[in-house]
Amino acid sequence: MATVSTAPDAATEVLRPTSEQEAIEVFGDGKDVLVVGGGTIVLPELTYHQLRPTRAVLLKDAGLAWIQRDSSRVTIGAMTPIEELVDFPAPIGPCARNIADVEIRSQATVAGNLCAGEGDEAPRGDLQGAFLAVGATVRSAGEGGIAEEPLEAFLPNRGTRLVLSISYDEPAVGAFAGLDRPHTHDYTALAVSGARDANGTIRLAATGAGSHGQRLLSAEGGDADAALQDVNPHDDALASAWYRRKVLPVLVRRVLTDLEGPA
Amino acid sequence: MRLTVNGVTHEIESGPLTPLLDVLREELGVTGTKAGCHQGGCGACTVLVDGEPKRSCLLPAAYAEDAEITTAEGIGTREGLAPIQQAFIHHYAAQCGFCTSGMMLAAQAYIDRGGSDDPEAIQEALGGHVCRCTGYSKIIDAVAAVARGDSFDLTTTAVGKYTTMATGGEA
Repeated sequence: MATVSTAPDAATEVLRPTSEQEAIEVFGDGKDVLVVGGGTIVLPELTYHQLRPTRAVLLKDAGLAWIQRDSSRVTIGAMTPIEELVDFPAPIGPCARNIADVEIRSQATVAGNLCAGEGDEAPRGDLQGAFLAVGATVRSAGEGGIAEEPLEAFLPNRGTRLVLSISYDEPAVGAFAGLDRPHTHDYTALAVSGARDANGTIRLAATGAGSHGQRLLSAEGGDADAALQDVNPHDDALASAWYRRKVLPVLVRRVLTDLEGPA
Repeated sequence: MRLTVNGVTHEIESGPLTPLLDVLREELGVTGTKAGCHQGGCGACTVLVDGEPKRSCLLPAAYAEDAEITTAEGIGTREGLAPIQQAFIHHYAAQCGFCTSGMMLAAQAYIDRGGSDDPEAIQEALGGHVCRCTGYSKIIDAVAAVARGDSFDLTTTAVGKYTTMATGGEA
């Protein structure tokens, strides 16, 4: 059974499920529940009283940290630390390696990164673009029960669901190109991920060009400049919209070039 | 909830969502762990949890239950400094000292993992730690010295690549 306790310094009921099934039950329909994965995003928000949850679900002991490979199909448990992905083939591995530093990556989780809300000062959720590029699907729980859906469909609702796992087929070729970060803790100002399957079909996606990761459908035919039709970048602390619009085609071109390489 | 800090087990009154940093400093008075940015950006609060470096400001106290927590106070004694502490003195790797405990604990974890004296590998391991005095070269020298197994003469400061002419070293 889940351990239930109440923090003396805050009126927060803390639930600590010890299995996936318990996590699904205590999450329920997700209303008024704060999910704590690794804690790297929500702890500062709690410290600065930006969050005052009535209920919190701590997932550390819920058995959701695992990686499974079945032929070319990869499935990653929600609580898997990002550091576990850094040696994956592109675009997942290079994208994961570009996140924060080894201490943060060892604590931050895949689902936490995928579900990161839109930051006040910068885009968050670096992995969204990489997983969009490989055509990932998300298995999640919440209102209506358990569902598995493409990441594109999941992202707009990511604040209302409990991610259980994410799956994708390893591409024949993958590529990642991102702007260098001035400090390890800056979020990626702009990054592009790409994947080519065995049939030669290309998928492209960007992180940092909108409120969450998004496909670059117009550029998937090979015209890098067409990527600008798919995005609406904004100014933030890391870069201006103007700069992002100038750089995006450059990154797309690099990824497209890399995708032409041998499988 | 119980936490074991530097080998001593404490009954904790703070709630499970309280950052470990606040439990250490405010409830237990273990102030060698420094509170810098409170949002994981500086590394000053890093402690070892079962030997792994963790930002204590980002870690719910409940996540450290049943683990061995090691802070700066736990890696050596006044009479018997740990090699990494000796190295920081000998290589003059601490200036204001605010980042030092987090730096040393991250370095200790790197050394314990069998890390080499390769400066790039050390930079990768300490990449999340900010030194506002910008003493990075000396810090990397100190960690590399421990990785090599150097011994340290604490009565003098090492002459190194970045020592100034005024102190008699190389330019």
